[in-house]
Amino acid sequence: MLLNIKNLHVSINGKEIIKGLNLGVNKGEVHAIMGPNGTGKSTLAAAITGREGYEITQGEIWYKNKNIIGMPAEERANEGIFLSFQYPVEIPGVSMTNFMRTALNAQREYHELPAIPAGEFLKLMEEKKNLVEIHSKLNNRSVNEGFSGGEKKKNEIFQMAMLQPSLAILDETDSGLDIDALKVVAKGVTGLRSEENAFIVITHYQRLLDYIVPDFVHVLFDGKIVKSGGKNLALELEEKGYEWIKEQYHAGS
Amino acid sequence: MENNPGTNILDEVTQGDYKFGFYTDIENDFAPRGLTEETIHFISAKKEEPEWMLQFRLKAFRHWLTLKEPEWAHLHHRPINYQDIIYYAAPKKKELASLDEVDPELLETFNKLGISLDEQKKLTGVAVDAVIDSVSVKTTFQDTLGKHGVIFCSFSEAVKNHPELIKKYMGSVVQYTDNYFAALNSAVFSDGSFCFIPNDVRCPLELSTYFRINAANTGQFERTLIVAESNSYVSYMEGCTAPMRDENQLHAAIVEIVAMENAEVKYSTVQNWYPGDKNGIGGIYNFVTKRGLCKGNNSKISWTQVETGSAITWKYPSCVLMGDNSVGEFYSVAVTNHYQQADTGTKMIHLGKNTRSTIISKGISAGKSNNSYRGLVKILPNASNSRNFSQCDSLLLGDKCGAHTFPYIQAGNETSIVEHEATTSKISEDQLFYCNQRGINTEKAIGLIVNGYAKEVLNKLPMEFAVEAQKLLAITLEGSVG
Repeated sequence: MLLNIKNLHVSINGKEIIKGLNLGVNKGEVHAIMGPNGTGKSTLAAAITGREGYEITQGEIWYKNKNIIGMPAEERANEGIFLSFQYPVEIPGVSMTNFMRTALNAQREYHELPAIPAGEFLKLMEEKKNLVEIHSKLNNRSVNEGFSGGEKKKNEIFQMAMLQPSLAILDETDSGLDIDALKVVAKGVTGLRSEENAFIVITHYQRLLDYIVPDFVHVLFDGKIVKSGGKNLALELEEKGYEWIKEQYHAGS
Repeated sequence: MENNPGTNILDEVTQGDYKFGFYTDIENDFAPRGLTEETIHFISAKKEEPEWMLQFRLKAFRHWLTLKEPEWAHLHHRPINYQDIIYYAAPKKKELASLDEVDPELLETFNKLGISLDEQKKLTGVAVDAVIDSVSVKTTFQDTLGKHGVIFCSFSEAVKNHPELIKKYMGSVVQYTDNYFAALNSAVFSDGSFCFIPNDVRCPLELSTYFRINAANTGQFERTLIVAESNSYVSYMEGCTAPMRDENQLHAAIVEIVAMENAEVKYSTVQNWYPGDKNGIGGIYNFVTKRGLCKGNNSKISWTQVETGSAITWKYPSCVLMGDNSVGEFYSVAVTNHYQQADTGTKMIHLGKNTRSTIISKGISAGKSNNSYRGLVKILPNASNSRNFSQCDSLLLGDKCGAHTFPYIQAGNETSIVEHEATTSKISEDQLFYCNQRGINTEKAIGLIVNGYAKEVLNKLPMEFAVEAQKLLAITLEGSVG
């Protein structure tokens, strides 16, 4: 199993947000995590990627047969965990070329590989830009600075394509996207899907799942996965909303 | 503060070490400690100077005695004991005919600093004047430059070989009466560089002077004079380092630039004097007067500085825009870490019509340091249709450092436009995590973010310097974040 989360509890400033979550993800799978606002979806992403300030009070996160709790964020990234940010951050004055080369070479250094030659790197950038249909002069633009909402999200997928992660987490990549941008993002993701990697798609709506078809759908509520199913569960949620889940959850507890 | 990872990060990254702190054991000639008229006679005699030079020094010294150290800067330090300083220290060997005669220890010193004085080994098109303590030890490529009529030599040589030029221009931009440290320098300056670019010559090489303080208890007082005649161009670079010592050493320099009609001078500095240790012990006190005079119409002087060293920095590279349509520029990145203090900026004095000036200042403060921008934009009544644009940005790393801005604006007519923009920002935890999530560790991330922040200024540096400056920024902030 690529990722195996066991009984995870996460607190922020002493307040428990994730309350005993279990999730197993195999290579080649796409898991969708859905649920109403404030149920811990983004907190889960932060816990897996190792963001500071998110305190793991209980449980284990196994990734590639290692319990990664306590592993620094950059090491997790270099081990192949990628997060497509809900709100990508701007870094003024740092060109995308410089940023991506630094990131890619950090990854290569971690795996004891030599730095990528400049020509090869630029070729790779061109190839991956085409994948997400970025036609503008991305290379010299500062990281996310002055990007439209759609461009920022495409840029996340572009970076994912560059870094070739084993486990990619897409945190509400669909939010704020028009239908055309959504299709491009979905196409990018679909193009990267393989038997060797896995995706966790965090989303609010079924919309994205029309294009990125999940193998499993989980409903996160009150810090726990309260319901899991196949792709039809997403359709059911779309139709009925989250109220029935809440009712079931409260009735059961 | 446990839930503010940003703060911890900052604590860790600003603990880097100074990489140029070694000392070379060279036999030296010293002046007796302290400063009297005898000291000045001693220096002047050592340098075998003409009488007019000695008289210039003595006049400056007598004036200096009447002055008080300035106290208006946002700087705090123990009083400097001017009688406890050695004002002249020189490696013993002199009158070098070729590189073979340079003390191998000295060559090694400059090699360690990455400066090759061997012209055969020099790959880039840069001519270097190497100054150690009080004297210039070697100027490269003098022959090549001579063919174009360019004079590039040590100040001492210039006094001997080109007295008419020195008499005409020395003190014409920064008079010895200008300020306390200018008077001190005029009295005791020991060496420095002189360059002269004749009419219609575009200097074929980048010129550069490398200053190194080596001996203990000494002060360094150099003087640089650049004269660019009509329609000429020169790009000049200056670098400096010093050994690590527990005492504070004084550096008080003067740089004068004169640009005639249509001439352009680009002056770039990477200042990396020893900044003192993590607890604020030791380091260079850097009190420098730099000024350029755009004398002719359409002339241009631009200052670019990357200031990472010194315990205290007090410098305001300025432009006097005398010629009509002349242009003054000031691009600065000043980094302070630990207990460093910087009070730096510029003065743009608009005298001619249609004169333009641009000021881009990027301050970066970390540790417990204090970083001030102080700038004057003065537009005189006759300087009609003049323009200034100033942008002063401060970046804070951590919550124990300070950033201050002291802009002074005096607009003397109604046709001129002065703009001033200022921002203060912090490296956000979001930015750091974003980099971490892409596999970039925090130290590298800070280097990346800081270099991005300073890019506008770094882009103005000549290629040879830009790479060095970028590395230096990252090194200076090593251990400031964690």
